[in-house]
Amino acid sequence: MAHHVDHSQPLEYSTPQNRLNIYGFWIFLGAEIVLFATLFTVYFTLSDRTGTGPTGEEIFELTPVLIETFLLLTSSFLIGLGVHAMRLGRKTPMIVFYILTLLLGLGFLIVEIDEFFLYVHEGATITTSAFVSSLMTTLGTHGAHVTFGLFWGTAIVIQVIRQGINARTANKAFIFSLYWHFLDVVWIFIFSFIYLRGLM
Amino acid sequence: MRKKVLIMPIVMAFMALVLSGCEPLMVFDPKGPNARTLSTTILISIATMVIILLVVYILLAVILVKYRASKLPADYEPPFEEGNRKLEFVWTAIPIIIVAFLSVVTIWSLEKVENPQTEEYANTEPLVIYASSSEWKWHFSYPEQNIETVNYVNIPTDRPIEFRLYSYGMMTSFWVPQLAGQKYAMSDMTTTIHLAADEAGEYFGRNSLFNGPGFEAQQFEVQAMEQAKFEEWTQDVKASEPELTEQKFNELLNAAHVGRESFSSTHLSFSPAPASHAEMMNAESYNESKSAQTGNGTLNIHRHTGSH
Amino acid sequence: MSFDAIVAPLSEPMVFGTFIGIVVASLAVVVGLTYFKKWGWLYREWLTTVDHKRIGVMYIFVAIIMLFRGGVDALLMRAQTAIPENGLLNSAHYNEIFTTHGLLMILFVAMPFVIGLMNIAVPLQIGARDVAFPRLNLLSFWLTVAGAILINVSFIFGGSPNAGWTGYFPLSGPEYNPGVGNNYYAWSIQISGFGTLMTGINFITTIMKMRAPGMTLMKMPMFTWSILITSLIITCAFPVIAVLMAMMTLDRQFGTKFFAMSDGGMDMLYANLFWVWGHPEVYIVILPAFGVFSEVIATFSRKNLFGYGSMVAAMVVISTLAFLVWAHHFYTMGHGVLTNGVFSITTMLIAVPTGVKIFNWLLTMRHGKISFTTPMLYALGFIPIFTIGGVTGVMLAMASADYQYHNTLFLVAHFHYVLIPGTVFALFAGYHYWWPLIWGFRLNEKLGKAAFWVMAISFNVAFFPMFILGLDGYARRMYTYSAATGYGPLSMVSFIGALGLAVSFILVAYNIYYSFRYAKREGSDPWDARSLEWAVHTPAPNYNFAVIPTVTRLDEFWFAKKEGRDLQAGKIEDIHMPNNSQSAFWQGMAMTLWSFFFVWAEWIPATIFLVATLAFMAYRSFQKDDGYHIHVAEIEETERRYDENGGLRGAK
Repeated sequence: MAHHVDHSQPLEYSTPQNRLNIYGFWIFLGAEIVLFATLFTVYFTLSDRTGTGPTGEEIFELTPVLIETFLLLTSSFLIGLGVHAMRLGRKTPMIVFYILTLLLGLGFLIVEIDEFFLYVHEGATITTSAFVSSLMTTLGTHGAHVTFGLFWGTAIVIQVIRQGINARTANKAFIFSLYWHFLDVVWIFIFSFIYLRGLM
Repeated sequence: MRKKVLIMPIVMAFMALVLSGCEPLMVFDPKGPNARTLSTTILISIATMVIILLVVYILLAVILVKYRASKLPADYEPPFEEGNRKLEFVWTAIPIIIVAFLSVVTIWSLEKVENPQTEEYANTEPLVIYASSSEWKWHFSYPEQNIETVNYVNIPTDRPIEFRLYSYGMMTSFWVPQLAGQKYAMSDMTTTIHLAADEAGEYFGRNSLFNGPGFEAQQFEVQAMEQAKFEEWTQDVKASEPELTEQKFNELLNAAHVGRESFSSTHLSFSPAPASHAEMMNAESYNESKSAQTGNGTLNIHRHTGSH
Repeated sequence: MSFDAIVAPLSEPMVFGTFIGIVVASLAVVVGLTYFKKWGWLYREWLTTVDHKRIGVMYIFVAIIMLFRGGVDALLMRAQTAIPENGLLNSAHYNEIFTTHGLLMILFVAMPFVIGLMNIAVPLQIGARDVAFPRLNLLSFWLTVAGAILINVSFIFGGSPNAGWTGYFPLSGPEYNPGVGNNYYAWSIQISGFGTLMTGINFITTIMKMRAPGMTLMKMPMFTWSILITSLIITCAFPVIAVLMAMMTLDRQFGTKFFAMSDGGMDMLYANLFWVWGHPEVYIVILPAFGVFSEVIATFSRKNLFGYGSMVAAMVVISTLAFLVWAHHFYTMGHGVLTNGVFSITTMLIAVPTGVKIFNWLLTMRHGKISFTTPMLYALGFIPIFTIGGVTGVMLAMASADYQYHNTLFLVAHFHYVLIPGTVFALFAGYHYWWPLIWGFRLNEKLGKAAFWVMAISFNVAFFPMFILGLDGYARRMYTYSAATGYGPLSMVSFIGALGLAVSFILVAYNIYYSFRYAKREGSDPWDARSLEWAVHTPAPNYNFAVIPTVTRLDEFWFAKKEGRDLQAGKIEDIHMPNNSQSAFWQGMAMTLWSFFFVWAEWIPATIFLVATLAFMAYRSFQKDDGYHIHVAEIEETERRYDENGGLRGAK
């Protein structure tokens, strides 16, 4: 939308449609909060109901979780730098930061998948007990969000490379950064209330 | 024309009374303290609600008669009315008072029905009966007498009864309208109904929670009888009926429907009831009780072949 | 997916009949469209449109079709139970029919009708040219259609869900329900629910960000307020059902143990989560109804709404309480006195704001000048009937008494007394009221009023007996009963009422045909209404407002009319419009097929259509679609033609 460009605002907020997009996405994140809150409720209700399967204490391992946390937190910081570069209008650093973000996200995913294999190896599959079902569904939903984010982020990086930084791409890249930060926040909850609580 | 809608419910209520004959509706024909408390509660609430209905109906009728366009001069232009704080306060406050009153009634009656019905039968220990459902059947185990029945349950009159409910499989709801309000029977957790019958007689009982193709037929009969007769009956069952073996019990569980049966022992020894609410809230005792329930774990479910 | 599994149900006469019916009807539509060469028109003007008004019309079209499907279910149920030991349906069919009846009426009649009305009215009421995300709006529509398709084809392909519209575990779990019926259930709710969630987000953004200059929140029409609150409830409630349906799918198709009877599963969790969504869902279909009645009662009393502020406050309170009452759907699950007591009180408290609304409507009419138009009749019929629904709701809220009402026809009577006057009457009121906005003429008033009277009377005949049957121990969902129970006569009365309701719905549908044929075109604002949507020409042009009006107070349009002001006076500028979206339509189709194959666990086609869905999203991401502009000359020409045909905007 080329008309009604408001130059007093950052590029991602500069058109009416851009502002609507960002506002709507915040509401969407509100819905996502409810979604993860429901998953946490389910997890807390079922976390002690292990049936004949293993408990959280028996299968959780701190090392991969710490690696995942480090990768995701760092990626959230990097995308912040990416948005900063975008606001300064510096295309190359922006692209580099976004690509690094996505790479760390990919790393996170690889470690998480490896962690899942470990659980399965220890006899905790998604069909073992209500506890494992809820654990894997909660982690899996977060993981699926990250996976979707990887595809989405890649599409945006391609568009920035092709079209440069303009009202349209800036808007998309900014909204993607909101999404990525949100996934980070969810992970912090997963880390504290699933892993740490389970290990203690 | 408008009045037609207003009097409709009254006409219908009248018709209903005529059509249903002279027999009182089951819920309003209680035969024990639990159902009587509920019947009273319902009548109180109906009386309160009729007053509210009348207020709304009269207001509506008056307004429709007075302010219809055909009755008003052609040049009448309705005034601008912002609202009225006083009136709005009144119709907020009065409903709150009504709600408060009904809350008191609710808590009072809940306290009454959720506790052993010993008020009128002081010093009488409740008789415990385990009632469990499987597919479209009801099993009743009497631990005190060590007997078990299927699809019928005999109880002594003038003695509080404590039904402990659970289910082998689907969630069901145990309901004997003339003796007590209903409660769910679930595979996970034991629930309790306290009731008593103060008249001998046969009472209709059923599962009221839909649970598949055989639902309609999942009924049972409660026979309330004098203490002496009840004892005679238990002696009779003990003497003449076979023991309930684990194998026989599993056969029963896996049948869709069976008739009335009686046994001279219960299934509680080899397939105990699940945990109570308090125990279920505690994970450790829950997991323990669950693993003790071998009967439940290996339950071979009778599969109905789907819908067609 | 084995071929046998698909065709086996066709050997049943009833299924086969339905199958033939669907095939014949579809063929008739296809032949008709081909014969009149309307395929291109249908595709360009309707299926791919992003115009909120047309999307609204399509929603209502779907709702009415589904109303007839759900209505046939209802008739079959009442016919089966009209006499004791009836053999019209067997238990298995009856179970499918009451399950799909509930599901269809709530999710594919009430919801699309509500969303249809909000699509038509809200942007116009706030002086906007469209919703915030027009393309997403179209996708939401097609996802609703996807859900409706899934639930309807289930009857023919593989069997409908049969565990009740609540789908409680373990009855709907893999052990007791091995067929695909409940997979359809989960996916139908999942996919249409996603569309609804997007609609909620869309309308929050639209209402919060796109109001005409000067229209502060407290100057919004009451219907818009109700939709804002409804959208907030949607956004908070639908993610819960999304998680729940995903869990159901996992349990049924992948062997997880959330609600299983072994390995720690917990069937009670399902009931809890279902109603955490399910109760707010009731308010999602009731609050817009309150909004419609507020508009209709004010308009036809020729008076402003009484107690505007308390009306808004009442809705906010209701929406909050909606999330705090879920356990009243299973008081009988064995919670203690404390839990049941608390939920009883929160539930009864809902009566307070609802009462405030009823009295405000009554006082709106006092000192008014009431004209008995069709929409007003629905509003007036609503008050006495809904009040019965409300007071029986308070009775049911009392946990102890509920031990006797639960799972009986008393409960069934109660929620029909709430949902039929509360939702159906409101939807028909809004439908008659806003009809001229889209079509430029009013539906025939005589037919409309006749339909109302038949509906209002038959409704009471059909449902009042159920209160009495319930108190006599009639458990709901029984496919038959013995003559000894004495339920026969009243059940027959109820069946007669159901027939009457069918007649009234046929009258409503016939009125569409009759009015298209005979009604005369009218100018704008035929009802002499109050809010901004009537400031546009009717039928509303695709850009809605030639000039966006400035608002200074509530009912600005009413006062402008009185003062002889033209709200759209001002300089006309080029108007930016979004393009139609083909990809939203095809994405909807791809998602329908994806979920259909998922239901059947056919992973290869399911994956193909999942990839197709993602491809459509990627296409959209890379698409550079800036829409188009309608130029000043064209707008002026359109406006001039309207003025010649229909007189001045808003003047009668």
